[in-house]
Amino acid sequence: MDEIVKDFLIESAENLDRLDQDLVKLEGSPSSTELLAGIFRTIHTIKGTCGFLGFARLEKLAHAGESLLSRLRDGELTLNAEITSGLLAMVDAVRNMLAQIEASGQDGEDDHANLIAHLTELQSGAAKPAGTAPENAVTPPSSEMTKTADGEGAAVCQEQADPAKIGGVLVERGHIRPEDLASALELQELGRRKIGEILIAQGTVRPEDVAAAQQAVQARNPESAVETIRVGVNLLDRLMNLVGELVLARNQLLQFSNSTQDAGFQAVSQRMNLIATELQEEVMKTRMQPIGNVWNKFPRMVRDLALSCGKDVTLEMEGQDTELDRTIIEAIKDPLTHLVRNCIDHGIETPEMRRQAGKEAAGMLKLRAFHEGGQVNIEISDDGAGLNGERIRQKAVERGLVTSQQATRMSDRDIFNMIFLPGFSTAEKITNVSGRGVGMDVVKTNVEKIGGTVDVQSTARKGTTVKIKIPLTLAIIPALMVTSGGERFAIPQVSLLELVRLEAGEGGKGIEMVQGAPVHRLRGRLLPVVYLNRELQLGLAGKDSRRDCPTNIVVVQADGREFGLVVDEITDTEEIVVKPMGKQLKGISAYSGATIMGDGRVALILDILGLAQRARVISEARESALSDKEKANKREELRSDRQTLLLVQCGAQGRMAIPLSLVARLEEFPASTIEMAGAQEVTQYRGQIMPLIRLSRVLDADKEFAVAAEGRLQVVVYSEAGRSVGLVVDRIVDIVDETLVVQNPAERRGVTGSAVIQKRVTDLLDVARVVREVIPGFSESTARV
Amino acid sequence: MGASQQFCTFFLDGHVFGTPVPKVQEVIQHQEMTRVPLSPDVVSGLINLRGQIVSAIDLRRRLGLPERPDGQLPMNVVVRTNDGAVSLLVDEIGDVIEVEEETLESPPETLQGFAREVVSGVYKLSGRLLLALDIDRVVDLSDLTKTKGTREF
Repeated sequence: MDEIVKDFLIESAENLDRLDQDLVKLEGSPSSTELLAGIFRTIHTIKGTCGFLGFARLEKLAHAGESLLSRLRDGELTLNAEITSGLLAMVDAVRNMLAQIEASGQDGEDDHANLIAHLTELQSGAAKPAGTAPENAVTPPSSEMTKTADGEGAAVCQEQADPAKIGGVLVERGHIRPEDLASALELQELGRRKIGEILIAQGTVRPEDVAAAQQAVQARNPESAVETIRVGVNLLDRLMNLVGELVLARNQLLQFSNSTQDAGFQAVSQRMNLIATELQEEVMKTRMQPIGNVWNKFPRMVRDLALSCGKDVTLEMEGQDTELDRTIIEAIKDPLTHLVRNCIDHGIETPEMRRQAGKEAAGMLKLRAFHEGGQVNIEISDDGAGLNGERIRQKAVERGLVTSQQATRMSDRDIFNMIFLPGFSTAEKITNVSGRGVGMDVVKTNVEKIGGTVDVQSTARKGTTVKIKIPLTLAIIPALMVTSGGERFAIPQVSLLELVRLEAGEGGKGIEMVQGAPVHRLRGRLLPVVYLNRELQLGLAGKDSRRDCPTNIVVVQADGREFGLVVDEITDTEEIVVKPMGKQLKGISAYSGATIMGDGRVALILDILGLAQRARVISEARESALSDKEKANKREELRSDRQTLLLVQCGAQGRMAIPLSLVARLEEFPASTIEMAGAQEVTQYRGQIMPLIRLSRVLDADKEFAVAAEGRLQVVVYSEAGRSVGLVVDRIVDIVDETLVVQNPAERRGVTGSAVIQKRVTDLLDVARVVREVIPGFSESTARV
Repeated sequence: MGASQQFCTFFLDGHVFGTPVPKVQEVIQHQEMTRVPLSPDVVSGLINLRGQIVSAIDLRRRLGLPERPDGQLPMNVVVRTNDGAVSLLVDEIGDVIEVEEETLESPPETLQGFAREVVSGVYKLSGRLLLALDIDRVVDLSDLTKTKGTREF
């Protein structure tokens, strides 16, 4: 694609984002000629450039918008909600066309005739009252809109007389005539030269005058003197790497300088030290972005949503400047959007309901961000109806997530936080905005993925606040350094619970064997133990064979289960920079990455979950839990050792169990809705094509089953990374909470093993495996979507 | 006059191997390495290349050649691959030489095992043979991952 088209696309995309905000702002203060002028200029630029580049359809659309805007600017029309909606629709259409240009180089087939007609109508239709907009019941504009401009406002914003621009200054000082400026401006629209250059080239003005005017302009708006340039993110990442290296070299240099007597050399290394530290700080800053970059799109979204829900919502934002690492900004975008949608759709009541409750008609939605304790806090609060604790309790019991006794014992806070469980929605009706029971769990997983936490607080009738805490950056994490078998490893602080040291002599006693598996009694509980050197096959360089040394156990948790990791030595906690490892080593689940230590050597970062799975410590945890019955009675935490399972009946296999955590939803479809896509049975499900897998066929491939053409199908929906697949079973039997003791890990297809559940032998279904067997490309196509 | 290409050459167990110069990012002295438990044997460890973590592959092991004698420190040939930089451990580094396309022949029968798969051709130099390596194939360890972690301890 042409360089010039690319530039146009980048520039326009930025301008459009600003337009969204400006238009919503303008609705709030319709008399701001400055805003209006800015909006007009943006559209005018887009129109001019795309005319020049030959995108006729886009030009036509932008022209329609521009004409409408010019009538507003000239005070012939007053802005109302309908016009704002029209203009926003135009912005969306322009954005679509730009996307098409980016994809195909053409501005598309759709000439948006309806929209253009609508915009033209709005232009002439000052007579049309605002309240009668055809689609969704538009709430009348909240503030009384007075006449926009009083005649002179229009003149001020015309570019010719704008004293904040070089052209304006030159006219003001009498160096050029206004006509010269107008013709030069036209030229400027075509090329992208500076107005001063054009004027000098035309010979209308002397270079000295332009330079003087430039200074005058800079003095008048100091902000325009701040310049920015675009820099690739990978360049910043490289800089970051190099600075890290520089810091290491600096450390070595300092050590060296301390051992010499040369005063000159010491002074130089001191200065080097200061510069390196400062440089590191500054480079770190380049990766930081204000959270406002994400929030920018909210005013528009809130406005549109509030309109379509028939609600009146005021958005307040605080702490837009709070800075976060750019990778984190990316990661929280979706969760935040979802939470804001939820607030408007469910949290804030309709204006009538609010008035009845004695509140102001307009609901308040507040976003707040601030730094605290090395973390970033984000709060999303509304002053709506609040969460209904009773309804959540009921729902939780209905869904079999907790028993009714448990539910009554749980604190309100625990109850509220249940809304983050998969498939949980208390919305009475599903709207197109939210309430489908997906979403809140996604919010939680996404936030936790980046090492953050989510908490919800709510007061009935007063409102709800969701608090998110996230680390400043992902690239640097606190970690515990340990050695084992002569190698150094980092254990991320997030998985760390406590450190236990068994003194020499105790070493033998402290670790006992239960059914061949080492365990340690930690305050009356049995903690499964893993020897890191054995697990990593590090050889016997470690000390676990020598009884006269103290034993160090690092108690960690993964996936809600605790276990102890025996290491040779615990060195220190350090902030480490996480770096990826090459593809050659990606397959080893025991590591999550590597880092460079102060001495310049590489150390591996342990992936505690991967390690636990490797060591099969998770299933052993359950086994040992069973052997300790007292504990089962005493401790409620045991719930974490128990698993909630969905029992289904299918074909000759009889009863099968599926971990409920893998189940997205249970559905019932009429058999008539099944369609065929190739040889695969599919059905339409929430706007997606969902493949169906008949479990009885997969598990008993050699037998043939008659397919019932009618009746209803019981389907267990399994989702992975946004894609769903339906497992057809004969019957859904029950949901049970069981301590699993997996026996004879079966070799049979699609089964992980068997367990005794409700006194009957039940096979455990390996869902992910079955899905991949039937649809080999399941995960790959996910990546593409 | 046929087309010619520049090759970076290095030695392994007395053989001359080579790879086109554009593939080679840099050649560095022996570096301290951090070994990676559970990794395939051919991965000698990780090195710190100016802040970037790079896997080092022992080419002798990768090609099924005898182990490097004790006390002989390998050199790192850092190559550019589709998945970023990878360091290849070689005995010694040779000259950069120009080879003519017309001196290229298919690999000789004497090459055995995996070496045959990754030697894309042989250039007949005066007095020696230059074995051209297919670097992307060399660093793709997917043929080894099945056996990963089966080392005895």
